[in-house]
Amino acid sequence: MLKTLVKASAAAALALALAPALGAGTASAYEITVPSMDYRTGPYAPNGIPFANGWTDWWTLLNERDGGINGVKIKVVPCETAYNTKKGVECYEKTKNVGESGAVLYQPLSTGITYQLIPKVSKDKIPLHSMGYGRTSAANGRIFKWIFNFPATYWSQASALVKYIGEREGGMDKLKGKKIYLVYHNSAYGKEPIRTLQALAKKHGFIYRGLPVDHPGQEQKATWLQIRRERPDWILMWGWGVMNQVAIKEAASIRFPMDHFIGVWWSGSENDVKPAGAAAKGYLSGAFHAAGANFKAHKDILKYVYDRGKAVDPAFRNRVGEVLYNRGLVAAMWASEAIRTAMKIHNTKKVRGVHVRDGFENLNVDEARLKELGLEGFTIPVKVTCANHEGPGLVAVQQWDGKQWKIVSKFYEPDREVVGALIKEDSEKYAKENNIKPRDCK
Amino acid sequence: MTEFSFFIEAVLSGLMAGVMYSLVALGFVLIFKASGVFNFAQGVMALFAGLTLVGLLQGTIPFIHTNNPAFALPPWAAILVTVAVMVVLAILIERLMLRPLVNQEEIILFMATLGLAYVLEGAGDILWGSDVKVLDLGLPQGASDWMLDTFNIYVEKIEVVAAVTAGILVTVLAIFFQKTRIGRALRAVADDHQAALSVGISLSTIWIIVWSVAGIVALVAGIMWGAKSGIQFSLSLIALKALPVLILGGFTSIPGAIVGGLIIGVGEKLAEIYAGPYVGGAIENWFAYMLALVFLLFRPQGLFGEKIIERV
Repeated sequence: MLKTLVKASAAAALALALAPALGAGTASAYEITVPSMDYRTGPYAPNGIPFANGWTDWWTLLNERDGGINGVKIKVVPCETAYNTKKGVECYEKTKNVGESGAVLYQPLSTGITYQLIPKVSKDKIPLHSMGYGRTSAANGRIFKWIFNFPATYWSQASALVKYIGEREGGMDKLKGKKIYLVYHNSAYGKEPIRTLQALAKKHGFIYRGLPVDHPGQEQKATWLQIRRERPDWILMWGWGVMNQVAIKEAASIRFPMDHFIGVWWSGSENDVKPAGAAAKGYLSGAFHAAGANFKAHKDILKYVYDRGKAVDPAFRNRVGEVLYNRGLVAAMWASEAIRTAMKIHNTKKVRGVHVRDGFENLNVDEARLKELGLEGFTIPVKVTCANHEGPGLVAVQQWDGKQWKIVSKFYEPDREVVGALIKEDSEKYAKENNIKPRDCK
Repeated sequence: MTEFSFFIEAVLSGLMAGVMYSLVALGFVLIFKASGVFNFAQGVMALFAGLTLVGLLQGTIPFIHTNNPAFALPPWAAILVTVAVMVVLAILIERLMLRPLVNQEEIILFMATLGLAYVLEGAGDILWGSDVKVLDLGLPQGASDWMLDTFNIYVEKIEVVAAVTAGILVTVLAIFFQKTRIGRALRAVADDHQAALSVGISLSTIWIIVWSVAGIVALVAGIMWGAKSGIQFSLSLIALKALPVLILGGFTSIPGAIVGGLIIGVGEKLAEIYAGPYVGGAIENWFAYMLALVFLLFRPQGLFGEKIIERV
């Protein structure tokens, strides 16, 4: 008995001693870690889920169809933030050192989390892409070296939407005396466009008023009673989650014309309009990409991801192509192109965060490249530079026709004079407060 | 629109919103009245009931989250099955959560309901999915055209339905508590567990009944709130709207839940409209709690709560 025990122990010890060597013999290939800061639970889950699915499906497509990026597989590391800033920071700390590459980029999908991560990623040298959200003045690449917010910022969007209103009214000079109100989520995110709208009101002579709505926005009656009394000509909305659905229903109830009600691009998904039913028809929102699944990339996703049983959420199949799914997809597409660019610039496949930052800063996804990616006509061409982390800054308007979202306008240039001055002022103030010396981007 | 008619409109809207808060508060009162437990999971129960109802209406396959119209139930059947689910849930809560905790401190039971809230939220997510679900029970939607065209006053039809429903609920509950044998037993258990047990009242049966009734009230609240914004996970946060109502109306009074709801509803609307613009707006939420705190200073038991008598 004793002999048997000794033999067994010796065998076990030998196996343990050999394990690392055996492991070394089958060493796993280099993988690039891409965290997925999801929110699949909590009050904002209905919006978090489609985005997270689009984001993850794109990386899975690259792994399944192309064997990764230039042969290097992507390891997606999910972490649940529940759209909670504290949990988001925990996720960052938990994921930043995962894998050999460490996290090579972040896309937090929360302005609150973005604000908290700005100093952290700058210290840890990991690029952060707050795509169309977050701190607007991060567009100034001279000061915010690690932060990117292309293809457009909230301030550009606010300005573009005012231009759209001006066009609908028959010219910017016709805005004088008009009432343009903002209904906003009472958070860092919701407050972002206020300064721009105040500056534009001063420039064009329209009357601006902001009406905040507290989280989560299930009850907004007092806000809409004031709107009913004061009858603004146009309403802009910076909402998220249930706030959007309730607002659209309330607007319909007080008979506010839906084609004079424009949401930010985070207030323009299928989730936002469907609960209001037919009453939501005609509602408008900002946009920087198309809705729908009639693109080659989407067909590939169904073939290589869903048909192969590799989808993170198989029940989502029939919803592929929804606005927020496509938003997650376009974010992942630009991120993957930044990784590809980083590999080319640094002539290595073993990229880390510090390399991917350079990839972001030299990103150039033009129409030809979009076609190669199976996304022809899906979004605008994006070119990022050292000084300009916002990229094109173009914004279109989409409309809900009762069944689907359709882009109904051209892409508008923001008022560079107003927005540029605000970005300069805010970013320089940040640099001063944080003792940052602006980079020379010549 | 004159300033006076706007004021009337604001008060009416506040009253209607207050009824919606009362619907949630009623569930809290029922359980607290019968067992002294503050059920933190009441809001999540409204969500869970709403998710189950929509799932049955749309023929959603649990765990898989795809809709199969062949399994869709008509509204009356879906409501009945949801009621049955809430009764089964009450039995499970009694067996698995309350029974092992008999004679424990109230704070322990409160903590258990906190855990229950997380379990139910997770269960709802796993069973029915997290996306926004449109609740189509044929309830009237939008503003009352008659009120709008005749008096230029904006009242939402769904809130009128909620007010009528709340009235019926309170009447039925009052009769149930005052006139029926089970109702008297419930009151006896609420007064003294030990004394009720000694005269042969089954504590576990009473707890199942009261949690079932609270589950049905949660279903009603879920339907009314869900008809406004769709059934989604933020529905669980409506419990936060009920707290100031309970503080104000008293934790043990059914009429208190209604009156408290109306006062909070009107108070927060008027505060938001008339005081909000001077302090940056969005004061509805904290104003409700501030109002409740002021009441606490003068009537700690709430407007209709049982008087607190401390024997030294």
